[in-house]
Amino acid sequence: MDSSATTAGTEPVFHLEEEHAHAEGSSTMLGFWLYLMSDCLIFAMLFAAYGVLGANYAAGPAPKDLFDLDLVAINTTMLLLSSITYGFAMLTMDKGRVAATQAWLAVTGLFGLAFLSIELYEFAHMIHEGATPQRSAFLSSFFTLVGTHGLHVTFGIVWLVTLMTQVARFGLIEANRRRLMCLSMFWHFLDVVWIGVFTFVYLMGMLR
Amino acid sequence: MSAHDHAEGHGRAHGGAAHGSFKGYLIGFVLSVILTAIPFWLVMSGAIDNKQATAIVIMAFAVVQIVVHMVFFLHMNTASEGGWSMLALIFTLILVVIVLTGSLWVMYHLNANMMPGLHDMREMP
Repeated sequence: MDSSATTAGTEPVFHLEEEHAHAEGSSTMLGFWLYLMSDCLIFAMLFAAYGVLGANYAAGPAPKDLFDLDLVAINTTMLLLSSITYGFAMLTMDKGRVAATQAWLAVTGLFGLAFLSIELYEFAHMIHEGATPQRSAFLSSFFTLVGTHGLHVTFGIVWLVTLMTQVARFGLIEANRRRLMCLSMFWHFLDVVWIGVFTFVYLMGMLR
Repeated sequence: MSAHDHAEGHGRAHGGAAHGSFKGYLIGFVLSVILTAIPFWLVMSGAIDNKQATAIVIMAFAVVQIVVHMVFFLHMNTASEGGWSMLALIFTLILVVIVLTGSLWVMYHLNANMMPGLHDMREMP
């Protein structure tokens, strides 16, 4: 590119002035996508750990004794519904309708909260029955994998409430649109991870 | 001001597909409901006697549903961000496949070889 900078004996030349202007936030989407991909790797590790340890019950409860597929089906429905309502929020955002966007975001948050409540109820029920994370390698890896997903949803809801406050305060300005698009990717990504969770953990656990 | 407009237009041109349409979201939602309901029904009703076959079928459904979500909700295509997001996705998928198959394969054989009574010590060199 600039051989003068590396030629021995000459002063190093810096080419900061060649830096052309980037529009603010023009690379945010790609950057956030890369973050999601690294998050995807975290989940891949947790899935791998569950795949390896998922059958080590240590004479403790097995998936068949613990999982309630009706509950998981309701949970999955909640997350799916929250995905489509977030989609509607993005569509109304495109039209610049602040109130409608806020309403759809609120609905999304409520579905997210319903998902979390059901998951916490399930966890509490399991722990009450003595199926704690310490009980067996299966339960340790189960709670780590599903718990990490639940934690992501929790932070997603915190982020959602933050952005709703932002939109209420500043309206649908360009920065807020960008933030909402990032959260959209995050939210839909969590739904994709959940597909893996209910298939590999719950459904295939019941088949064992 | 014009620079800002240009930036916005620029963002739309590249990230424009990132918004999708009402129809797109609806198609994605209906497809994902179907692709969720069938595996749940298969496992809950035990429609297929063979558990191995059921597992393969529900895994296939999961893969299809993930693709549906990627296309209709995350709006993945080869053109977004000049192809870089697709490249990052492919790279991640390769790593995920290596991690998953590698871990399961190695650890399965390790478990199998550590089974007590599998090896007769008298035959050991």
